[in-house]
Amino acid sequence: MIEVNFIHKAFGDKEILKGIDATFFQGKTNLIIGQSGSGKTVFLKSLVGLHEIDQGEIIYDDRALGALNNRERKALRTEMGMVFQGNALFDSLTIEENVTFALSMFSDMSLSERRDRADFCLQRVNLPNVHKQFPSELSGGMQKRVAIARAISMNPKYLFCDEPNSGLDPKTAIVIDRLLQEITQEFDITTVINTHDMNSVIEIGDHIIFIKDGTKAWQGTGEQILNTDNPEIVDFVYSSRLFQKIRENM
Amino acid sequence: MYLLKWLNDLGRYFLLLGRTFRKPESRSMYYKAFISDLDLLGLNSLALVTVISVFVGAVVTIQTAFNLDDPLVPDYYVAIATRESIILEFSPTIVSLILAGKVGSNIASTLGSMRVSEQIDALEVMGVNPASYLIAPKVLALVFFNPILIIISMFLGVLGGYFASMGGVMTVSDYVYGLTVDFVPYHITYALIKSFVFAFLIVTISAYYGFFVKGGAIEVGINSTKAVVSSSVAIIVSNYMLTNLLLV
Repeated sequence: MIEVNFIHKAFGDKEILKGIDATFFQGKTNLIIGQSGSGKTVFLKSLVGLHEIDQGEIIYDDRALGALNNRERKALRTEMGMVFQGNALFDSLTIEENVTFALSMFSDMSLSERRDRADFCLQRVNLPNVHKQFPSELSGGMQKRVAIARAISMNPKYLFCDEPNSGLDPKTAIVIDRLLQEITQEFDITTVINTHDMNSVIEIGDHIIFIKDGTKAWQGTGEQILNTDNPEIVDFVYSSRLFQKIRENM
Repeated sequence: MYLLKWLNDLGRYFLLLGRTFRKPESRSMYYKAFISDLDLLGLNSLALVTVISVFVGAVVTIQTAFNLDDPLVPDYYVAIATRESIILEFSPTIVSLILAGKVGSNIASTLGSMRVSEQIDALEVMGVNPASYLIAPKVLALVFFNPILIIISMFLGVLGGYFASMGGVMTVSDYVYGLTVDFVPYHITYALIKSFVFAFLIVTISAYYGFFVKGGAIEVGINSTKAVVSSSVAIIVSNYMLTNLLLV
């Protein structure tokens, strides 16, 4: 479980996060939603420590991120996996090397054990037979799956995904969403996903936080979000014609 | 204002150096990166250094012979002048300046692209020290290989002069004799010390500009140019300081 207490983050004079409180639960797909520019990515990057917060605290199962020394922070990071918006695969390495990168850095596994782990992770994301290919040789959806395989290679306790569906067609996006949900439940991970895709919200949103202008405007479940009267949520959720029609028929 | 920005850059540069030279997470992974960088930054520069050294050595010989065309000056003085020009200045400094363009832009654009495509963030989230993993092997590779390149360049520069002498600007025997007259071995040491320092400056300055790119493809290009300009200026300034320190 990850607890976030009243965090603030500013870049120069511009305050992006204005005191957000949140809890992300283990074994659940926790979604952070909001419009572009609402502060979702800054929030996610603050959670993993890529941005140092100005105020507040982030607690990973009783470990306050800000109070950890370098060694402890490194140890915590080996428990994290992250899927970036642009995948961030290492383009000079093969798919297998990408997936086993963290294992090669931090584990005592032999080469064959690392290969077995890569096999397992790539099989899990339904991508066999791409081990020796380079990221540029794969499609966007396949690259996303490799990024997920890399993120789970170290058996993470916490999985973070920044816009995992961006740039994907709706069908592939649903495949990726379901994969993330399955992995979350199967390995009992605390998964935090940044998205503005309403399909994802309805498909996999166990616990949802809605951010607007750097503050938490709403929280609830995937079912609650469709029935809430909160005007900001209604404005966000029912902004497309498709969802407006769905609402009319509800 | 400009001074403040320069001091800020200098401070960040030294902080980056502090992050770069930390204990590696995995020796085998760093060794792999070192070997790969040795090939990319060192061996791949060999052809360029060969061509430039041979031709510049030949040109220096012809120009010196042309300027020392005096019956009172023995012909072998041309070889002495060629040797000293190549050992003291051309090989360590000019070749390093050329490498600052080739290697420096490569390092800055590679790290810059990794920054904008979030690959550096990915390393950080994994718990890897990206400064150390990405920069330290490059520093070691070029600091190790630049002196080798410089020695090869010295040999090829002198060989270029030999070819020029075969072309008729002077006799080959005078040229070979001149190469051995008043030879000071310390000049080689001086050149190698310069090549170590220049290699360090090229990699660390270029890495600094690449590592802290903000934005997209245009900023990567801008920072690559800044990397080449700054490392070239650093080479020129440190060349003067080292010469004052080691030769005067």
